[in-house]
Amino acid sequence: MNLSLSDEQVFLRDAARGALSRFDTLEAARTGLEDAATLPDLWPTAVEAGWPGMLIPEDAGGAGLAPFDAMLVAEEIGRALAGVPFLGVLPATVLLAAGGDDRLAAVAGGQTRVAYVPARPPGDLDEPEWTTDAAGGGRGPAFQAGGAEGALALSGRAAYVPDAHGAELLVVIAVDERGEPVAAVVEAGASGVAVEHVQRYDATRSLAHVTLEGAPARPLSCSTEDMGRAWHLAQALIAAEAVGTVAAAHEMMLAYAKERFTFGRAIGSYQAVKHEIVEVLRQLENARSLLFYAGWAGERRPEEFALAASAARTSAGGALDMAARANINVHGGIGATWEHDAPLYFRRAQVTRRLVGGHGDAADRVAGELLLVADAAQG
Amino acid sequence: MDLDDSPEQAQYRATVRSWIEQHRSSAPPARGDAEDAAYIERRRTWQREMAEEGLVGVTWPKEFGGQGRGPLEQVIVNQELNAADAPGVIDVIGIGLMGPCIIAHGSEEQKSRYLAPMLHADEVWCQLFSEPGAGSDLAAVQTRAVKQEDGNWALTGQKVWTTNAQFSAYGMCLARTDADVPKHKGLTMFIVPMDAEGVSTHGLRQVSGEAEFNEVFLDGVVVGGDEMVVGGVGNGWMTALTVLMFERVMIGLSAEGFGYSADRFAPALAAVPHARTDKEVRKRFGQLSAELLAIRFAGFRALSALENGQIPGPEAGLSKITTVNAAIAAGELLADVLGPDALDESGEWAYMISFLPGLKSAGGTEAILRNTVGERVLGLPPEPRLDKGIPFAELRAKEKQAVAS
Repeated sequence: MNLSLSDEQVFLRDAARGALSRFDTLEAARTGLEDAATLPDLWPTAVEAGWPGMLIPEDAGGAGLAPFDAMLVAEEIGRALAGVPFLGVLPATVLLAAGGDDRLAAVAGGQTRVAYVPARPPGDLDEPEWTTDAAGGGRGPAFQAGGAEGALALSGRAAYVPDAHGAELLVVIAVDERGEPVAAVVEAGASGVAVEHVQRYDATRSLAHVTLEGAPARPLSCSTEDMGRAWHLAQALIAAEAVGTVAAAHEMMLAYAKERFTFGRAIGSYQAVKHEIVEVLRQLENARSLLFYAGWAGERRPEEFALAASAARTSAGGALDMAARANINVHGGIGATWEHDAPLYFRRAQVTRRLVGGHGDAADRVAGELLLVADAAQG
Repeated sequence: MDLDDSPEQAQYRATVRSWIEQHRSSAPPARGDAEDAAYIERRRTWQREMAEEGLVGVTWPKEFGGQGRGPLEQVIVNQELNAADAPGVIDVIGIGLMGPCIIAHGSEEQKSRYLAPMLHADEVWCQLFSEPGAGSDLAAVQTRAVKQEDGNWALTGQKVWTTNAQFSAYGMCLARTDADVPKHKGLTMFIVPMDAEGVSTHGLRQVSGEAEFNEVFLDGVVVGGDEMVVGGVGNGWMTALTVLMFERVMIGLSAEGFGYSADRFAPALAAVPHARTDKEVRKRFGQLSAELLAIRFAGFRALSALENGQIPGPEAGLSKITTVNAAIAAGELLADVLGPDALDESGEWAYMISFLPGLKSAGGTEAILRNTVGERVLGLPPEPRLDKGIPFAELRAKEKQAVAS
């Protein structure tokens, strides 16, 4: 039994923290709300650190690392509230690697940027439908794969796709006439492709609505498991980002509770304040434990990865919602002002809660996976 | 990151498993009635057989009859017993807490007198700490120990929440030897023979109607002289803290020891078609299951830390809070889904629903656990205290005055 980080993992995490610390990401999160042009471009930093290729096998030009390693980087991104193309990039690289694309080396090296257009795999109830996040909330139908004579063409729409803006290649899951999922690569600049950049509430999240109208696509030879795994990797990365954000918010509220005095004593001495901060710690530690589960399952128990990643997101998502509000509560009114940093964590929490299926869908998946296990045990 | 056994651990597991397989047929059921003398006798025999095989006191040093192994080996034994649905030791309090306490603080005579019979369940132990007026604030115990002219100590007071008291040979008792010093300073730890004159034990019925715990009354119980003191007169608080530390280790070693796991609740819901498709049921089940899964991995993290030589701190209390509250949520959900059928007292869920409100305060109320974590883990200042530096007798007088006015 060993759940401690290896020396390489400690180095990876510290290097990520160091690389992001060269930018004032918190200030950028605030000024970016009023002027997106002030946001620093962190893609070169990601490339320099080797993040785009971290999950691509070594023989294809990547670092051949495991999901847990990517989660360590995601945690640092969440901690710094950094707007780095990462969450949308890594699941795409995993699909490209599984499908054997000849541009893998360029993707790993950061010369070609990719983005994953999320498609939710069917759960225990909604066989056999794949869906996307729809504009206006809820789920929409998956992209449709058609086209004649081996010339694959995709049509459909997905809303609020992370990191799609600025990507050269989009990795899309679509369903064919028989409802079978297919993974395919679309050139962002091709005809019939529209990537509409949207900024909502949190300047650090680059989102886009992706619309395809008969867009030419090249199929990837990915299995259905690979396609499901990309979705769950995104869930695990969101969980890890959230854990980093919660940890930062927790440190912030804890420091304030020790230095702010009322009625002659530090506010952190009052049980009402103390217990709220301890509750954040409790949820943070639970979420962190589930990151280990997701990391372990991702590497050793692929059949449990859907459950583990969904549980991690459920727990980390709840922790993020709670911590973002608790941070403002502990600071009092000043914590709800524009100049304060607490609202930046709150904005992050508000958008994160609703991305890639949303926290609620992850909780539903946890239930569904456990019910499937119970069915199997019944025979 | 690795959850698998090392080759040495795998070999140990195989040895343990094969012994359990060979002896499974003579093992008593894992659960039984504590009031049933015949069942208790079978459990003691089972512990004795395990002890002879070296499966009791796995982490105790060899010189005291233990195996001198690490916490992971203890976990392996627990897991294998669980998997075979075989009971563990009957004397969980002695083997987990009191034995280690005697090893840490006891005299050489105490070690040679008490440890071997404890390992073999010839003498079972109980913990006489909590009182009706001293739970979370354990140092407020009022049981008095007075030294007689002949050098023997006589104890008078009332203890509560005493597991296994009805068949214990000895109790480890925290008592006040000096009420004229501040409360943490006037305490002493005693070994109390449970068959001594003046000891009486009564079952304490809880919400479920069953008595899992006891009340123990001590009425001028003469326990013996200083040979019955553990850790020195006036050092009782330090000795008690050691016991509480071992309690955290014990909790850490049994991450899902309360038996509340997501896999346990899923079959009950899967069997109800309308529950499976109900969005609200699924959401509640998903959320509470994530908490319970987190506890499983929090347990692995704690074990991993133990293996690296770290001692679990107060943060272990957070896992207990999570477990109890997630189990409460599960009970509420099952009862909502199944209706009053879930409250059939002969069924598994009614018992769980009745057991949890008490468990919420066991080992420290939730509010106290949150205080402890806030202060000892996060370094937040405590609430101002009115009992610091005040002699215990004076403090009690003030409390009585405040209630009267």
